[in-house]
Amino acid sequence: MDTTAGGAADSGRKVIVRIKRRPDTREEPRWEEFVLDWRPHMNIIICLRDIAERPVTRDGRATTPVSYEANCLEEVCGACAMLVNGVSRQACSTLVDSLEQPIRIEPLTKFPVVRDLIVDRSSMFENLKRMKCWVPLDGTYDLGPGPRIASEVQEKYYPLSRCITCGNCLEVCPQVNENSDFVGAAILNQVRLFNAHPTGAMHMKERLAAVMGPGGVADCANAQNCVEVCPKQIPLTESIAEVNRQAIRQAILGWLLG
Amino acid sequence: MAEPKIIVVGGGLAGLMAVIRAAEAGVSVEVFSIVPVKRSHSVCAQGGINAAKNLKGEGDSTDRHFDDTVYGGDFLANQGPVKRMCEAAPGIIDMLDRMGVMFNRTAEGLLDFRRFGSTLFNRTAFAGATTGQQMLYALDEQVRRFEAEGKVKKYEGWTFLSAVLDDHHICRGICAMDLKTMEVRTFPADAAIFCTGGIGAIFGRSTNSIVCTGSAQAALFQQGVDYANGEFIQVHPTAIPGEDKCRLMSESARGEGGRVWVPKKPGDKRPTSQIPEAERFYFLEEWYPKYGNLVPRDIATRAIHKVVYILKMGLDGAPAVYLDVSHIPRETLDRKLEGILEIYEKFLGIDPHEHPMRVFPAMHYTMGGMWIDNNNQATNVQGIYAAGECEYQYHGANRLGANSLVSCIYGGMVAAPAAIKYARGLEKGCESISTTVYEAERRRQEQLNDGMLHAEGTENPVTIWKEMGDWMTEHVTVVRNNPDLERTEAKLQELADRFRKINLSDRTAWANQTLSFCRELQNMLVLARVVTRGALARNESRGAHYKPDFPERNDADWLKTTRAHFDGGNIKFSYEPVDTSMIPPRARRYDAKA
Repeated sequence: MDTTAGGAADSGRKVIVRIKRRPDTREEPRWEEFVLDWRPHMNIIICLRDIAERPVTRDGRATTPVSYEANCLEEVCGACAMLVNGVSRQACSTLVDSLEQPIRIEPLTKFPVVRDLIVDRSSMFENLKRMKCWVPLDGTYDLGPGPRIASEVQEKYYPLSRCITCGNCLEVCPQVNENSDFVGAAILNQVRLFNAHPTGAMHMKERLAAVMGPGGVADCANAQNCVEVCPKQIPLTESIAEVNRQAIRQAILGWLLG
Repeated sequence: MAEPKIIVVGGGLAGLMAVIRAAEAGVSVEVFSIVPVKRSHSVCAQGGINAAKNLKGEGDSTDRHFDDTVYGGDFLANQGPVKRMCEAAPGIIDMLDRMGVMFNRTAEGLLDFRRFGSTLFNRTAFAGATTGQQMLYALDEQVRRFEAEGKVKKYEGWTFLSAVLDDHHICRGICAMDLKTMEVRTFPADAAIFCTGGIGAIFGRSTNSIVCTGSAQAALFQQGVDYANGEFIQVHPTAIPGEDKCRLMSESARGEGGRVWVPKKPGDKRPTSQIPEAERFYFLEEWYPKYGNLVPRDIATRAIHKVVYILKMGLDGAPAVYLDVSHIPRETLDRKLEGILEIYEKFLGIDPHEHPMRVFPAMHYTMGGMWIDNNNQATNVQGIYAAGECEYQYHGANRLGANSLVSCIYGGMVAAPAAIKYARGLEKGCESISTTVYEAERRRQEQLNDGMLHAEGTENPVTIWKEMGDWMTEHVTVVRNNPDLERTEAKLQELADRFRKINLSDRTAWANQTLSFCRELQNMLVLARVVTRGALARNESRGAHYKPDFPERNDADWLKTTRAHFDGGNIKFSYEPVDTSMIPPRARRYDAKA
C-alpha cells in the first residue's frame, strides 16, 4: 500500500539546511551546510533523516549523521525541541515550507549540549522532583473511586496537564541563565496543577514551601516569553501568577499563625 | 538469599506500572529506558481506556467487555487472562483517577465514558484526546515520588542489548549501553520485566514512535524467548500518511460521531461542503448498519482498502478517504477531541473543524509478542517476564480500541508481583553468580559493537531499513498473498546479507546514534522474518490477518497460537491450543442488522 503523503519530488527544488554541529562537549561548535531534495510536507525530522541516509555536506565532504533527540513525531513526547531559524520549537511540527532558507538548526542554549542537537534536559525532571509534583497515593490497590470533580474544573486544569516538558519555555526565559536556579514556567505550571487536584491540594503546603525556596516563583520577572512559545498553548503566565498568589497567602498565614 | 533485585526494561505504561508495584512491595527496582520515561510511546495513545463501569445505565458488565474482547479478537486470545483483565479494568480506572488523571467528567462530577469501536456500550474513559499521555504522566509522577524516596533507580538514555543468562539458561540480569558514553555494562538482577512496546519501525512508517523497533524482543528471541502470534499486526483505519511517520487520527473521532465517506462520483472536484449528503458514500454505515463507523479496526481497514483499490473511489484517485467531524459542534470537538484535531491542523494546515480530514490506514499495533504463560506474564526463559504491547496475550487476532491501555496497566500489575515471588523463591540470587558470567556477556556485546564500528562495507543502514519497511508494509499488512510473502522472506534474507556489508558513517564513541540504530536494525531484520513467516504459514483469515486465497476463518486447522522459537540460528514454528473454555467460538460478523 502506498501511503506517501504527497507526490513525487518536485524536480530540482532544493532545501538548504545549516546545522550547528558539535561532536562532543570538548570541541567547539562548527556549522555544516546540506542540500536536500524538497518534498511536500517536509519537516525538520525528514531533513535530518535525509542527511543520515547521505551524510555529505553541500561542498561534497563526507560527515557523520546529525545526532538529535526525537520520538513520537506528533508533538506529544516533547523530545525534539531545538532552535530553528532562531525560534525555540519542536522539530517534528516545524514544516520546511513555512521557513526561510537557508534553514538554521541549532541546539537549545539553556541546557548543556551532549552532541550536535542533543541537550541534557534532566534538570527539568529533577525540578519536578524538588517541587513534589505528584498526587501522594496511599497505594495502587483498589481503594474505590477518586474524588468527584466538576466538569468545569476538569476543563480548566486539563490543559495544564498537557505539558510535554520540552523546555521551550525555559529556553526563551531571560531568568533562566547560568547565574540562576529558576525552575521555569513548566515546573510552576505543574505545581499549580497538583495544588488544584482535590488530593494533591492536601499537600499544597510542602509544594509551596519548595516554591518559595531558591529558584522558585519569586525568580519570575514576568517577561511572558514562555507563553508565546509553548507548543501546547498552556496558560503559563496564569499558572505562575496563581502559584505566586498561593505562595504569598501561605507566607502571610505562616506569619500570622507564627 | 538477599532481598530480590528487579529490573524493568521500558518506561511506558506497562513498565512504570510494574515499577510502582515493585516499589510498593519494598523491592529494589531499576528501570531502563532509551528516552526519559515521560517521553515513552504511551503518550501517543489518544482515545481512552476501556472499563465496564456501567455509569451510563446501559447494562454494561465486565462479562460483556470480556465477550467483546474475545469476539473482536476472533477467538485467538486465551480467555482466562482476558477475563481477569476485564474484571480488573474498573479498579484500574479508579486507581488512575485517584492518581490525578484529568479524565473528562459528567454533570455530576463522575467519570464520563464514550463509545469506541467493536462495542455497543459507552465503555471508554478518556482525558480529552490525549488519554495515554495523561495516564503516562500520572504513573511517571508516582515513580518520581518513589525515586525521591530512594526506592527506584532510573537509567534513562540506556538501551537494552541482551539478557545475561547463566549456565542453566536462567536470567541473572541484563546488558545495556549508555547512549551518551556508549559504555556497555551488565546489571545483575533476579528477574527482569520487559515492557518494550510495539514493533512499528519494522514497517518503516507506522503510527508508532521511533523507539518502537522491537529490538529488545528480537534480542531476547535470539536468546531463547519464544515469540507468539507475530503475524497479527493491526493496521489502524484512520491515520494521516506522512513520510516520517503516519500520524494517528483516533477512533474517538468516530466515537464522538465522526463519519467516514468518499464522494459517490469518483474524482468529484467540488469542495466537500458542496457535495450533498445524497452524493456521499458512507460505506461503513451502509455495509455495517449496526456498528456503522465503529466496526472493529481490521474491518474498517479492509473496507477502506476495498473502496480505494477495488472500487477505485479513493479521493482524487489517491489512497485516501474522508474522516469527517465538521458536522459536530465546535464546543464538543474542543472539549473531547482537541488534542488530535490540533495534530491534523499543525501537520497539514487544514482545520478539521471546517473540512473533512484525509486519512488512510497505517500500521498501528502489535498483537503478537513475546510468549508468556497464562497467569504470571512469565516467558519461557526463567527470570524473564513481559508486559504491555511487547507480549502476545489479551488481544488475539485484533485489538479493540482503548483496550491497549488497560492491558498495559494490567500486565504491569501482574508481572511485578509474579517476578518478585519468583525471585524470592530462588535458592541462589544474582549476588552468588560468578562475575565471569556477566563479563562474558559484556564482552560479547562489545565485540558486536566493534564489528559494526569497523565494518568497511558500502551499505547504508537507513537505506536497508527503508527497503525493509516498504516491503513489510506492502506485503505483510492488510492483504497477504503467499507468493508475496515468500518474496518478502527472500528479500529479508537479502537485506540481512547486505547488512553484513554495512558501513557506519559515524565511528565515534560518543552519543553515536548510528551504532545504536544498527544494533536495532539487525534485530528488526530477524523479527520481520518471524512476522512474515508466521503469516505465510497461516492459511486462513482471522482478525487482522487476511488472505484473499483463504478468505474464511478455519478453526479446525488454525484456532491455535503461533509460537516461534529460535534454534541454532533458525526460526522454527510450533502451534499450541488456545484457551476457549468460557466463550465457545462463533462466527464473527459485524454486518448483521440485528
